[in-house]
Amino acid sequence: MPHSRLLSIARKEFLHIIRDPRTLMIIFIMPVIQLVMFGYALNMEIQRVDLAVVDYDRTLHSRRLVEQFQGSKFFHVFGYEGPLSEAEKLFLTRKARVILAIPADFGKTWQRSVSAPVQILVDASDPNAATIIRNYCNQVIQLFNQRYGGQIPLPFEVRSAIWFNPDMKSTYFFVPGILALLLVMISALLTSITISREKELGTMEQILVSPVRPYEIILGKVIPYVFLAFMDGALILLIGIFLFEVPFIGSLPLLALLTTLYIITALSLGLMISTIARTQQVAMMIAVIATLLPTVMLSGFIFPIASMPELLQWLSYIIPAKYYLVIVRGIMLKGNTISQLLNQVFFLGAMSLVLLTVSWRKFSVNLEK
Amino acid sequence: MTTNDAKPMTRQISVKTEKLTRRFGKFTAVDRVSIEVYQGEIFGFLGANGAGKTTMIRMLCGLLAPSEGSGSVAGYDIYRQSEAIKRRIGYMSQKFSLYDDLTISENIEFYGGVYGLSRALIRERKEALIRQVGLEAFADKLTRELPLGFKQRLALGCALLHDPPIIFLDEPTSGVDPEARRSFWDLIYQTVALGKTVFVTTHFMDEAEYCHRVSIMREGKLIALDTPAKLKQHYGKSNMQDVFVALVKE
Repeated sequence: MPHSRLLSIARKEFLHIIRDPRTLMIIFIMPVIQLVMFGYALNMEIQRVDLAVVDYDRTLHSRRLVEQFQGSKFFHVFGYEGPLSEAEKLFLTRKARVILAIPADFGKTWQRSVSAPVQILVDASDPNAATIIRNYCNQVIQLFNQRYGGQIPLPFEVRSAIWFNPDMKSTYFFVPGILALLLVMISALLTSITISREKELGTMEQILVSPVRPYEIILGKVIPYVFLAFMDGALILLIGIFLFEVPFIGSLPLLALLTTLYIITALSLGLMISTIARTQQVAMMIAVIATLLPTVMLSGFIFPIASMPELLQWLSYIIPAKYYLVIVRGIMLKGNTISQLLNQVFFLGAMSLVLLTVSWRKFSVNLEK
Repeated sequence: MTTNDAKPMTRQISVKTEKLTRRFGKFTAVDRVSIEVYQGEIFGFLGANGAGKTTMIRMLCGLLAPSEGSGSVAGYDIYRQSEAIKRRIGYMSQKFSLYDDLTISENIEFYGGVYGLSRALIRERKEALIRQVGLEAFADKLTRELPLGFKQRLALGCALLHDPPIIFLDEPTSGVDPEARRSFWDLIYQTVALGKTVFVTTHFMDEAEYCHRVSIMREGKLIALDTPAKLKQHYGKSNMQDVFVALVKE
């Protein structure tokens, strides 16, 4: 009855998990906290940006321009009566993040010539926000031109449409990211800790003198974590879809299948770590360095890979989450099918194969010591 | 080295090694050790820390591959038939090996399951073991709540759950009080009375007196092997402690 041996180990592992409130906390409370943190607190969308208007013109045209800004939900517009030279104090006191300066001849120039310049000053102490603010300003001005300019036909016109996330909601971005992060953490971190714990306690030896085969030990130990990882994934998806209203366009079975592949990759990584680490603490340290940080920093979860230095871009090729993020975003937001994700599947599969082969060898060698 | 001539030749050999050697790099942990352990005896393995006792036991249990020499356990070759050996041996290491966060009952079920015993058999032996150790009222308590002496007897019970003919104990009584050590040895005697072979390492010399035969190791080499009585006689000492000191200082 080889399967009863495997089940005994899985059952025992499951008991360890439910008797250890810390592990349960990590598994079920952390994703909720992270989702709330990323979804609400670390919101990358910027709303109601304080915009100070310095209007030297005070004509119908300048008022129209100001109204155009007021009409956008994005800005909170207020007038500034002082001289422009002192307007920068608004940045220092954080009363405004953008200043719109309309020169005295704006109205006249507008009627006479092709272009009437206005000045926009943006507080770029937060560069990401500044970029977004500038883009919004340009959009507002473009709308203004379309509405009131209109007479001059342009040779061509660029109209951009944002697909798959038209409102640029950051939750669309974070929910797949947290899914990738939590799955790799549970699969790699917890499995490497559980194996090194048995080594540390000496119970691994007790199991190894029994007729149990190494694959039964490994499978028995990881099955409960695969199960947990799946539950966790489902929890994150449910919160994402129902609380943050992230759409799910693609196929759920396909996502489940490819999630299994990702979990296998992460488990192989965990196995590899456990062959190196002799104590739980070392395993934890290596796992955090190998999973948590690279997944957050290098996978494209928060920072786009394309904007990284070349060295880090190369490094990102060995981060499993990089591929999984493409898969989750692709299936959830774009409705990708398997044929559009073959590249990612190939990389995850190859990575699992390499990691498993190496750690399998190391695992057997370690029994010898 | 004194030789053993007290045992009748008809007795079955449980463990046999010939020039068994294990090297770690340039260090030789076990150096050409040849022993024969008979069925139904308590075979003591003595030596200071680092003398090679644990390495020896680990090779016999299939946890470590020997570098040279040959050996058999229960008639099976230690190189090629470790699977068959694993089914026929029990093992208890000096590192305590029950799970603290599992109940006593769950620990027993786990070890039974690992050896592939049927549910019915596990239940039957679990009840017998809990009775034997005197823990009827505590079966569903977490193991961490037990005193160390109980835990060790329970661990021995778990190592015996699959009814192995040979049992290896690696310093099983380190860290427990004399009272608990005595009741542990009672259990060892009960085990041997059932016809099992016990192979035990210890650094307590009073425990050496309880063994049928003892072997003494120093720096990986076997330097003595006989009954405690003959060793004492041979070296002209009144107890094993003095024999050991005399031998190790030699």
